[in-house]
Amino acid sequence: MTDYNFAYLDEQTKRMIRRAILKGLAIPGYQVPFASREMPMPYGWGTGGVQVSAATLTPDDTLKVIDQGADDTTNAVSIRKFFERTAGVATTEETSKASVIQTRHRIPEEDLTEDQILVYQVPIPEPLRFLEPSEVETRKMHSLEDYGLMHVKLYEDISRHGQIATSYAYPVKVEDRYVMDPSPIPKFDNPKLEMAAIQLFGAGREQRIYAIPPYTQVVSLDFEDYPFEASKADAACDLCAATDSYLDEVITDDAGGRMFVCSDTDYCRSRRAAGHVGALGTAFDEDAA
Amino acid sequence: MTTAIEIPSAVTPLLRVTDLNKFYGTRIGCADVSFDLYPGEVMGIVGESGSGKSTLLNCLAGHLAPDAGQVLFDTRAEGMRDTVTMSEPERRMLGRTDWAFVHQHARDGLRMNVSAGGNVGERLMAVGARHYGNIREVAVDWLGRVEINEDRVDDRPTAFSGGMQQRLQIARNLVTGPRLVFMDEPTGGLDVSVQARLLDLLRGLVREMGLSAIIVTHDLAVVRLLADRLMVMKDGHVVETGLTDQVLDDPQHAYTQLLVSSVLQV
Repeated sequence: MTDYNFAYLDEQTKRMIRRAILKGLAIPGYQVPFASREMPMPYGWGTGGVQVSAATLTPDDTLKVIDQGADDTTNAVSIRKFFERTAGVATTEETSKASVIQTRHRIPEEDLTEDQILVYQVPIPEPLRFLEPSEVETRKMHSLEDYGLMHVKLYEDISRHGQIATSYAYPVKVEDRYVMDPSPIPKFDNPKLEMAAIQLFGAGREQRIYAIPPYTQVVSLDFEDYPFEASKADAACDLCAATDSYLDEVITDDAGGRMFVCSDTDYCRSRRAAGHVGALGTAFDEDAA
Repeated sequence: MTTAIEIPSAVTPLLRVTDLNKFYGTRIGCADVSFDLYPGEVMGIVGESGSGKSTLLNCLAGHLAPDAGQVLFDTRAEGMRDTVTMSEPERRMLGRTDWAFVHQHARDGLRMNVSAGGNVGERLMAVGARHYGNIREVAVDWLGRVEINEDRVDDRPTAFSGGMQQRLQIARNLVTGPRLVFMDEPTGGLDVSVQARLLDLLRGLVREMGLSAIIVTHDLAVVRLLADRLMVMKDGHVVETGLTDQVLDDPQHAYTQLLVSSVLQV
């Protein structure tokens, strides 16, 4: 341990954040304002998620951090190291072994359990923001359940692109009340928002926390004649042959070469360890990675 | 002076305003305004800038909270209700179903970064329409009614002329079949030939849909053409009311006489 207070933030700040989290859980989908602190990282790098994680972690927790599904990208590595140093908690890359998972823009492929907490980093918590610039007005719209405007956005999508082209940060209605931005997760992940784990959303710059309690109804907005569809690349993972996971397209050379790989690195690794081999993959070797 | 107009008492008014007052600090916005508006009737409110006509209109439409007085509206479900003491959700619901508000500047009443079809469809979606095909069909139909070509349905209002924007605003407001339309200088800022076509269109729609309307304007020609009844305001007070032709042809109050005689003769 170092001279930092456990998990960097002082106890009063964590208490304040926990109150916001509890309020958020009590009113699913409602954006609770909180006094966001300066963190030793720039806005846009997950300051909201980090503060929520800091208030959630206990010394016994095991933390996993992912960025776009991957454990080994800059954002994930730096936040994981941050908590290793300031909280001294155990960390893992295995989804099933983690008790707290901080994520940027993905939900892990593996089903989460009641013992887990998923913390999202949220850039813009207000789903109505690009339609209605005034915060005073959007708050009023939420309180009055005045959500016609949200469908105007989907209407515009269809009229311009022939389908609902919104592919990430797809708006949802929580427990038939609040319209919520699920953070920029691909809409492939939207059905997974109804899960056993607690989901907490933190927006540092915008100073908002919101939450979805376990087993809460979360419905993606759509039209009767243009129903919601969870889409992904029409391919299998080239490393582990998974057909049910969200895929990243990776350009491999300048001659049009490309491959599809699972965006969830832990999911892909565990499948390869179990003997699955994709079209471009080789047999799994523990030391190779 | 105020002359009440006798109307058979069997008809209930659509809107009944009693002793409406609005103050800005110690300054008068509008004071002691009372009138009844009956179904299918179009009332004009005229007066110079600062006479309180826009204040009055905003109080009636629920955009401003009056300091005293009642605004009773004959709601479909519950009969006469005071919209001043109504809850905000109820008032908003009225605002997107039975009421319509046409702003002087189309930009205030339209979403400039949303297509024409989306603008018309917004009120439908706000009251629960969730079928894209149907919404679009209605939107196209309404664009046709206000003389906007079907192939402009996916264009944004920023690509429209001033007159088209104003017509789009009218379509967007009338799509849910309101019973009462508030208009604030609907022809202001448009050139005369465009004004004439817009007035013609409005007159047709008002007659065809049996709308009641309250039109605020300083243009006496507009009320002459559209309004059945006229209310003249000065310094926040109503100084004269009556049938439009009667007031314009035989003005009684000194201010109305001034107003009528100030119209430029071409």
